[in-house]
Amino acid sequence: MKPPNDGTPLVEARDVRKEFVLGGGFLARARGRVHAVDGVSLAIAPGETLGLVGESGSGKSTLGRLLLRLIEPTAGDVLFGGRSLLGLPAAGLRALRREMQIVFQDPYGSLNPRMRVASIVGEGLAIHRIGTRAERRARVAELLDLVGLPPEAADRYPHEFSGGQRQRIGIARALAVGPRFIVADEAVSALDVSIQAQILNLLQELRQKLGLTMLFIAHDLRIIEHLSDRVAVMYQGRIVELAPRDEIYSNARHPYTRALLSAVPNPDPRRRKERMTLGGDAPSPVQPPSGCAFHPRCPHAEEVCRTVTPPLVTGRDAHAVACHVFPAEPPGKE
Amino acid sequence: MPLLDVRDLRTSFFLERGEARAVDGVSFSLDAGRVLGLVGESGCGKSVTALSLLRLVAPPGRIVGGEVWLDGRNLLALDESEMRHVRGTGIAMIFQEPMTSLNPVFTVGSQIAEAVRLHRPVSRRAAWDRAVELLDEVGIADASRRAHAYPHQLSGGMRQRVMIAMAISCEPRVLVADEPTTALDVTIQAEILALLRGLRERHGMALVLITHDLGVVAEEADALAIMYAGRIVERGSVLDVFDRPLHPYTQALFRSIPGIGGRRERLEAIPGQVPDLLRLPSGCSFRDRCPLVIDDCAAIVPPLAEKAPAHEAACIRA
Repeated sequence: MKPPNDGTPLVEARDVRKEFVLGGGFLARARGRVHAVDGVSLAIAPGETLGLVGESGSGKSTLGRLLLRLIEPTAGDVLFGGRSLLGLPAAGLRALRREMQIVFQDPYGSLNPRMRVASIVGEGLAIHRIGTRAERRARVAELLDLVGLPPEAADRYPHEFSGGQRQRIGIARALAVGPRFIVADEAVSALDVSIQAQILNLLQELRQKLGLTMLFIAHDLRIIEHLSDRVAVMYQGRIVELAPRDEIYSNARHPYTRALLSAVPNPDPRRRKERMTLGGDAPSPVQPPSGCAFHPRCPHAEEVCRTVTPPLVTGRDAHAVACHVFPAEPPGKE
Repeated sequence: MPLLDVRDLRTSFFLERGEARAVDGVSFSLDAGRVLGLVGESGCGKSVTALSLLRLVAPPGRIVGGEVWLDGRNLLALDESEMRHVRGTGIAMIFQEPMTSLNPVFTVGSQIAEAVRLHRPVSRRAAWDRAVELLDEVGIADASRRAHAYPHQLSGGMRQRVMIAMAISCEPRVLVADEPTTALDVTIQAEILALLRGLRERHGMALVLITHDLGVVAEEADALAIMYAGRIVERGSVLDVFDRPLHPYTQALFRSIPGIGGRRERLEAIPGQVPDLLRLPSGCSFRDRCPLVIDDCAAIVPPLAEKAPAHEAACIRA
């Protein structure tokens, strides 16, 4: 794994926000706005894998799509290789699409059942008019081999494959146009554990072989730990903690991160732990709590937490925390 | 005598393509207050085993053999009206996705009250009061108000609590929980597991905990049964199985999961695919994915045999 370098980040989000407007639908009960992503800034270095962890509704998938400009932010900016994605004309954006791709969670729903694997994997090449028909055919064969599928797979349909094999097809499709940046959104969550390991190993190999930069989105902290150089923890549309992997797993500061880590079942029956439970469900994103969004569930909440939203502040060891009570340790004390 | 004793249970699905033996000779027993973790991947037969215990298998599936003894009665020999009484008072079940098991057009309180009245000759009023009491017991704050809520008004974690309240409404001796926390966020999962633990301790209920998550069974189970392709391939105490997994499938499962046995650069994946029950290899079903396979594995289906004290595996190499 490559350490983050000091140069220009490959991908950068600057105070990016996304609001969804609710209501107006047939059965809508209430109108309102959801701040799915509520002011996120982060940078991913070339070759780095950033793990993004959070529970359902935390905004992690929305953030992934914002970084690819698959959805438009309400405010803020997204940069790729130092260039803003938002000001780009259509042609420029299309060219950049080759550089960044996504792998989805559901290998069943994300492949067109009426297309042969060769067309699915080669579609991006055709759209971007890369190579001749024969060259594209050769490239598809090369991609199938890269993800560990036999060449005959090209002429078959998605339903003929198991979940793990379909996820390999999805990865081959994402890699077809030669991207530098991949968003993997819960890419192994739907797979059986024995198959999950195959796909995790494949992603790891490809990352090394192709020098890929990745945003790896997952709710499973064990998988995030396995794959990430740095880890960002999201709660209610904000990053509450971001640090190098070892810092997160051995020195987590935010009470939400610590609760998440504590909730992961310990795979050692000799060391059963008393878990720290939070009590209460995640709050409604339509009416988020004032101040720190985590304060109603936080065992350490103080008065200030109810009124002031804590900013994400980076301290020593590149460890950033958004918490009034357990702030980042200042950089001077190393 | 154990509280629950399952002997050579067999359930098949009769499909156009042939007979899929989803549960192919499963045996286990469970004492009051204990937890059996039934572990396996999709299609291994763990959920069909659960449904078979309650005789809830729907066509084209059918229980084709075996015995399920609960408190000295063979459930598979009861008539349907006797079985209806056993469901709820003897054995009850909770599912992975509570939304599909709750009726969207009735309040959660009325659904629990109905479950109570199914088994107890009590007034509507008393049944409602009992429902509120149960919601309170499963940790739903402000239970008397929440009883009037419809399922869609509750979060996933609260719906699972409602399901649990309904399942324990008639104080069953055995609770079967099929992936009860898989659809939930990790912080909510921890709370539901803690709730099940508390209920077990208070009521002496036995729990069959069905999961694919070895972390969950490490925390909760007393004994483990590992299933593969419709059969139990390993059975033992949770400590024995974690300390010294005997079956090559169990061993491979442990090595393929991140976070078990420390941090590793590479996971040891199990090659091949989760098996298709209609296209199983002859002999041992795991042999085409097994690193220890020898010629003899194709010849016989290995029986579950004791390889160490109270620790069994179905493997000629173990």
